[in-house]
Amino acid sequence: MALRIVGLSPPSQPPRAWWWGFAALFAAFLLTMPIYFDIAVLFSVTNYLVLALLALSMSFLWGYGGMLSFGQTAFFGLGGYTYAVMALNLHETTGAMIVAIVLPMLFAAVLGYFMIYGRISDIYFSVITLVVTLILEKGIRATSGDQYVVGSVRLNGQNGIPTTPALQVPWNPKVQLEIDDVFYLAAILLVLTYVGLRLLLITRFGRILVSIRDNERRSALLGYDTRRYKLLAFVIAAGVAGLGGAMWGVWGNFVGPNMFNLGQAAQVVIWVIVGGKSTLIGPIGGTIAVQYLTDWLGTQGVGQVSLVLGIVLMVMVMLFQQGLLPSVGLIAAMARDALSGARRHRAPP
Amino acid sequence: MDDVAIYAYQIGLSFAIFILISLGLAVIFGMMRVINLAQGEFLMLGAYFCTLITKAGVDLWISFFLAALAVGVFGMIVERVMIRYLYGRILDTLLATWGLSLFLVGGVTTIFGPQSESVAATLGQVTVGAFGISLYNLVVIAFALALLLGTYALWRYTRFGLVVRGTMQNPAMAAALGVNTGLVYTLTFGFGSAITGLAGAVLAPIVGAAPPMGVFFIGKAFITVISAGHLPLLGTISASGLYGVIDGVVAYISSSVIGEMTVLFVAIILLRLLPLGITGRMRRGI
Repeated sequence: MALRIVGLSPPSQPPRAWWWGFAALFAAFLLTMPIYFDIAVLFSVTNYLVLALLALSMSFLWGYGGMLSFGQTAFFGLGGYTYAVMALNLHETTGAMIVAIVLPMLFAAVLGYFMIYGRISDIYFSVITLVVTLILEKGIRATSGDQYVVGSVRLNGQNGIPTTPALQVPWNPKVQLEIDDVFYLAAILLVLTYVGLRLLLITRFGRILVSIRDNERRSALLGYDTRRYKLLAFVIAAGVAGLGGAMWGVWGNFVGPNMFNLGQAAQVVIWVIVGGKSTLIGPIGGTIAVQYLTDWLGTQGVGQVSLVLGIVLMVMVMLFQQGLLPSVGLIAAMARDALSGARRHRAPP
Repeated sequence: MDDVAIYAYQIGLSFAIFILISLGLAVIFGMMRVINLAQGEFLMLGAYFCTLITKAGVDLWISFFLAALAVGVFGMIVERVMIRYLYGRILDTLLATWGLSLFLVGGVTTIFGPQSESVAATLGQVTVGAFGISLYNLVVIAFALALLLGTYALWRYTRFGLVVRGTMQNPAMAAALGVNTGLVYTLTFGFGSAITGLAGAVLAPIVGAAPPMGVFFIGKAFITVISAGHLPLLGTISASGLYGVIDGVVAYISSSVIGEMTVLFVAIILLRLLPLGITGRMRRGI
């Protein structure tokens, strides 16, 4: 596109000074929220922040790696379940948190090896990740019997694990995190992940990843083993999603098969596509906006939330390809060009 | 001897269900390259139409075909309003049809409620040794085979089938020869929707009709069609045969969830070995 969209710099460039200011402002806003809002608001905002981690993993993989994976909810659910099972077995949460990030990454490495090294096309990649998510959900739902036990923890099938323990302070396991502590942790993790992914994109790895998204064959002809980079991106995104899942378990003291749900997978796509997949900050905003809308619809009793989400998804795909944030940027860029063009015409030669 | 008959019946039924749920997708995705995630919901609509029409007093067998017709018309409307603008943009098609799928699940739940509707097909049983086999399940197997043969005959022996295959191969050339390609796309999508609706209606007496039923089948359908490769009919038959046998045997000796997981596992290994699907190396055929 010849038009340079306002607010979007190419990911290969290091972030400008204003971006650091923006990230700091964002962090400061999040961290001062507990002063202005009561605990109930903080509790629901924590949910949005945790889900935004999932959206970040999706937009990194889809927007910059060019791989539309519906399996991010699988890694999200896997992370949550791993955290719950490990924490209940070990009576210790720091290690459980680490395992909850590592296990989805391992799973992604195995699954990704078969898909990416099998050189299946983009669309099959999407469909297979979707099918894996569906089957995992079915598998978890079928574990209601007494025989499905990991260590000392029953998996409980449909009912999930309602006794997911709260996070302990790593250096002082006697202290458990309260609701506002979890909020701070979620905010810090979100900002760190956001800044981390943004900086990852200006490294050599990030640039090659974007070049693979733009033209995989050309990147391969330039001598890069594109499969390795794609697999690595898939594994990183799985780790971020697993972190989100574990944090979600910490937030609600609950993990359940709905984390793998197709509806959940659809929501992640909707957050990212509403926010605009060519940015990382857009999906965070998209998550908060859509999730707020979903919660609000739930309290209004207007019927089925999925009815509304379905319409949102169809309208976004058919009319606002780029997502809301880049669409606004595009309009701003067109207006700016039109204005400067008009000035040039009026100026004497 | 009885055991052999029961195994054959189990495998036959499992094969038939794979054929039923994936044949419509084989037309829409395999031939038209339209990735329709609302396929499971088309199946659900077929089942709902079948129960509604039967409740209105129409004979079950006639209601199958009315349901197929209704879903076919619905499919043509969807193609005209939505899919038409998305040809060649395969990821956007996937997302838009996913929106459609959510919309349909939400809409049907709003109208009919979340409970499952059922329709009775009391044909009785036949006894094989110590086992009883529902006669209706044998009818399902017959339906699957008839649908398969009918589709093959339509593509292979009619002028319509020839025009459709030509248009899918080279739309520009077909248009130059005077074919109204837009109409052909609409009709083919409608045909794929209609056989999906018929499959939903035929399955309704076994599984009932409920809003989330599409989700139960969509995974299997996509695994089958992706493994099939570029020859929609032959590939679907061979993939259905392979997965039907695996699913039937594993589900019989353990549980249906383990059966599905085994199918998925085999499918991922298969795609690692044959990335273009079972028929990837074949040049000719349907």
